[in-house]
Amino acid sequence: MAVSPVGEYQPGTTVLHRLPVGTKLLGLVGLSIVAVAFRGPWTTGGLLVLAVAFSLAARVRLARAARALRGVLVAMSLLAAWQVWQRGWEHAFVVVGALVALVLLATVFTTTTSVERMIDAVTRWLKPLRRFGVRPDLVALAFSLMIRGIPLTLEIAAETRDAARARGLERNPRAYLTPLVIRVVAHARATGDALHARGIGDD
Amino acid sequence: MSRIELDQVVVRADTPGGPVPEVTVLQETTLDLTEQRIALIGPNGSGKSTLARLVNGLVEPTAGRVVVDGLDVSRKGREVRRRVGFVFTDPTAQLVMPTVAEDVGLSLRHHVKDRHDRAAAALAVLESYGLSELADRSVHTLSGGQRQLLALAGVLATDPAILVADEPTTLLDLRNAQKIGDLLFGLPQQLVLATHDLDLALRCDRAILIDEGTVVADGAPAGVVAHYRAMVG
Repeated sequence: MAVSPVGEYQPGTTVLHRLPVGTKLLGLVGLSIVAVAFRGPWTTGGLLVLAVAFSLAARVRLARAARALRGVLVAMSLLAAWQVWQRGWEHAFVVVGALVALVLLATVFTTTTSVERMIDAVTRWLKPLRRFGVRPDLVALAFSLMIRGIPLTLEIAAETRDAARARGLERNPRAYLTPLVIRVVAHARATGDALHARGIGDD
Repeated sequence: MSRIELDQVVVRADTPGGPVPEVTVLQETTLDLTEQRIALIGPNGSGKSTLARLVNGLVEPTAGRVVVDGLDVSRKGREVRRRVGFVFTDPTAQLVMPTVAEDVGLSLRHHVKDRHDRAAAALAVLESYGLSELADRSVHTLSGGQRQLLALAGVLATDPAILVADEPTTLLDLRNAQKIGDLLFGLPQQLVLATHDLDLALRCDRAILIDEGTVVADGAPAGVVAHYRAMVG
């Protein structure tokens, strides 16, 4: 079964679970700016320590998070190898370490914040834009559909890959990509029908 | 009891790029549905899903009109959808939120504004369907039976007057199909059930057999099911 690479919400009562969504998001944005503006080994080291501390404080299941972030970690390893070869160990640590820390912090955010709370926050933040025709509840719903869509697309991709393998076509990208795109689009249409049937977006 | 009227309804579908410009999915059909449980049966592609989808405006008639409790579906779609709940064959597309409780909460958004009250209401709904232990689970990790039960709970959370179910047991194993079937037949709502399960059809008050977009039999389920068996046999 595919696991979402953006992490899945884990219910809990830790301080990080109780913090307002805006505070957590601003913190994440702030730390991202710090990582870019004050680039260096000390900053990266600090961010890594902070990310691990927050993960422990939020009781993020690190094994599960590592499994979910497997693809990201592979990409990071390749990037690290490239950086070591091109610019040396220190530069590789600064760049890749900061990225790993930010991914881990983002995982802390998603695992401590339910989508419903995110939707409420997005709806609240977008309320002033109502006068310009923006529908905050619909934007928030699109946001949640995007999050829900990631593991679902991975599941469809895995099924499609298995189907191609079963027909001995695992080396044929068309046999994999064409049904994948068709199934994802069909799923999107079915979701649209389901939302329509539930009266969501009617008012 | 609710009333669903189809008045000379025709549904045609475009076939872009195909050799035939239009396909008539449902031939001119006039029906007055007042019974509590109505089964729509027929072969694949016969038009029964189209007929079911007409009831809450998922499909618009090309000609004629569909009226639900006095409301024209084409004109008063929003009001009709508040009265008509719809359950799909594949619940995966119907479950749009990441966790079980959040998905039921989505159904309740227009009914319960406060987040905490909504969470409590969602939990109460889940409890009534024996799903409360799954409240915080990702919908992605549920079994097929649990997903269909959740989809049904999400629809029934808003207490619709009519429930339309489009082959809700087709993807389920025998035990889950029986569970969903029993649940559907225990509901106080008017039920329109498109199904291949003839045992379920026999439990209805009325059955309608559709073939190639035409109603070929309509009446007591025993007679209509016998007609269907003779037709395919």
